[in-house]
Amino acid sequence: MSILIDENTRVVVQGLTGKEGSFHARQCMAYGTRIVAGVTPGKKGQEVDGVPVYNTVREACRAHAINTSLIFVPASFAADAIVEAADAELKVIVCITEGIPVLDMVRVLRYLDGKDCRLIGPNCPGLISPGKCKVGIMPGPIHRPGPIGVVSRSGTLTYEVVDQLTKAGLGQSTCVGIGGDPLIGSTFVDILKLFAADDDTGAVVMIGEIGGTAEEEAARYIKESFPKPVISYIAGRTAPPGKRMGHAGAIISGGQGTAAQKMETLRQHGIHVVENIGEIGTETLNAIR
Amino acid sequence: MAWAIKFNSDIAMKLHEYQAKVLLAREGVPVPPGEMAASPEEAGAVADKLGQGPFVVKAQIHAGGRGKGGGIKLAEDRGAVVETAQKIIGMNLVTPQTGPEGKLVRKVLVERAFPVEKEYYLAVTIDRSRARPVILASAAGGMDIEEIARSKPHLLIKEAIDPVVGLMPYQSRNLFFGLEMEPALGSAFTTLLGNFYRVLAAYDCSLAEINPLVVTRDKEILALDAKLDIDDNALFRHKELLEWREYENTWEEEAARYRLNYIRLDGTVGMMVNGAGMAMATMDAIALAGARPANFLDVGGGANAEAVANGFRLILSDERVKLVLINIFGGILRCDVLAEGVINAVSNLEIKVPIVVRLEGTNKDRGAELLAQSGLNFTVAGDMNEVISVIANSV
Repeated sequence: MSILIDENTRVVVQGLTGKEGSFHARQCMAYGTRIVAGVTPGKKGQEVDGVPVYNTVREACRAHAINTSLIFVPASFAADAIVEAADAELKVIVCITEGIPVLDMVRVLRYLDGKDCRLIGPNCPGLISPGKCKVGIMPGPIHRPGPIGVVSRSGTLTYEVVDQLTKAGLGQSTCVGIGGDPLIGSTFVDILKLFAADDDTGAVVMIGEIGGTAEEEAARYIKESFPKPVISYIAGRTAPPGKRMGHAGAIISGGQGTAAQKMETLRQHGIHVVENIGEIGTETLNAIR
Repeated sequence: MAWAIKFNSDIAMKLHEYQAKVLLAREGVPVPPGEMAASPEEAGAVADKLGQGPFVVKAQIHAGGRGKGGGIKLAEDRGAVVETAQKIIGMNLVTPQTGPEGKLVRKVLVERAFPVEKEYYLAVTIDRSRARPVILASAAGGMDIEEIARSKPHLLIKEAIDPVVGLMPYQSRNLFFGLEMEPALGSAFTTLLGNFYRVLAAYDCSLAEINPLVVTRDKEILALDAKLDIDDNALFRHKELLEWREYENTWEEEAARYRLNYIRLDGTVGMMVNGAGMAMATMDAIALAGARPANFLDVGGGANAEAVANGFRLILSDERVKLVLINIFGGILRCDVLAEGVINAVSNLEIKVPIVVRLEGTNKDRGAELLAQSGLNFTVAGDMNEVISVIANSV
């Protein structure tokens, strides 16, 4: 098993004909992902690497069995694209797009409220269940199938962590990049709940960063009801207050959201906190032994 | 769940008070009559236009606490306005929020001054954990919101707004009665609140704040001070606001031109990393090595050779930098292409500092080989632990 995506995942790529969309769709297919359709308004009838393009998600879903969307459309159209995918009743929606206005996400998240679908992102690297399926932009070859679930607010930092896990002999069940924006579709807690129910996930590595309180909420959930070991790293211990560190959500404001606070809270809730990013592979190995 | 009081003010373009007031007035929020002036002469002209004093002259900088630093002064008449403007324009204003280095004042706002009877706090922002706009109000005006939340939480009223129905009349009543305003002000307050809430969506604010909102002795409600932060990501639909953009320093301005995320810090290790989380982790690693970063620089998760080259030039032009660290986890990217980009970028520059490079991704050995053969002073690190030990040995 794995969470969210596996051998049965069938993907539509929204924004398939764009530079990013076509490049990463090709990478996903090379990994074995079944990308069955693409959507770019006005480009119906075209093909990208043999994948047929449709004008709308509804059209694509009429022609193919689809359960997942991967979104690459530009930020100004991305909110619309997410809602279009949800309206077509796709169960998993992965939005890679960075730079969506916060108020657009307020409306999107309100729309998704109560719907049977899971949004991953935006501003995220997506999902991979190693050996089975990749719906995202991460480099496939650094991953190995195995028992570690990975959930992270970051992109390249996740690759770093996965690379170390793989080199330490620890494969991954599913790696989830939940995104670096202040408003995202799935939180740490949402993903941890899925890992809790997944028999193939034996432990979880959680990569957080400064800003917000998502790590603290995760810590409380883990202590109360998460049955597996969790190893965590929090980026931004040396970040100055009041400055946005690249990610829109990564900011220490009014003394809140510091890495020190988060690490302390995680420790208090029984989570193994790694201080040195260079050691996360070996420390994870030691922690689950 | 606890309400965390925090504003994501730095995911935003900050506006000056006078700019915020232009936008508030445009949406029907009453503000004192006044105008911006960039010189004492202009300040005098504004006073002429406003007519009767007294006036107030307010320094326009992107930081709060201006009054404490001497940046806000009353002026009885036109002569006093010119004299005060003379003093404030060009001064280096130090406030609790500017840091010890202060900020240079280039402009002032000249306004009619009003005798104030009562001060309130009013703001609207996005509550991150609820994913909704929230209106915050307090009868403890004039204090900053963190202070109110800490010392007088019982005086803080919060109304989360459902984007489907917007601000509802009952919520205005909750706020009005909660603030214990005089009954006669009900209609003026409700109108102001509706107009103020509209500002959030009209300009994609991540924060709109009126502090203080005042009732004058003549029973007028006025936004005496105002702050608007505009969501950077929404600027594409507010192009008219772009001319108000100001950068903290020329470094950040140049980085913005190349679409790089650059923040100037106070250490000596110039660093360039792809991806924000990785860049923060690299800063932390530099600290573990006993050094401090001179900057934060994220060239983007999907960094290309051009972005890397621009970032590299930016770091090398910083004279405080004693060592450069390039940490790129390319993954799909080809490291040989990246290495060629770096070498081309610096081939015309004289490089006086050691450069530590850590490349990960496709063809990383070929990339490292190219760097080693380039004749430049590169040290190649294999992983994060090696990065830390190389830096520790160099400082």
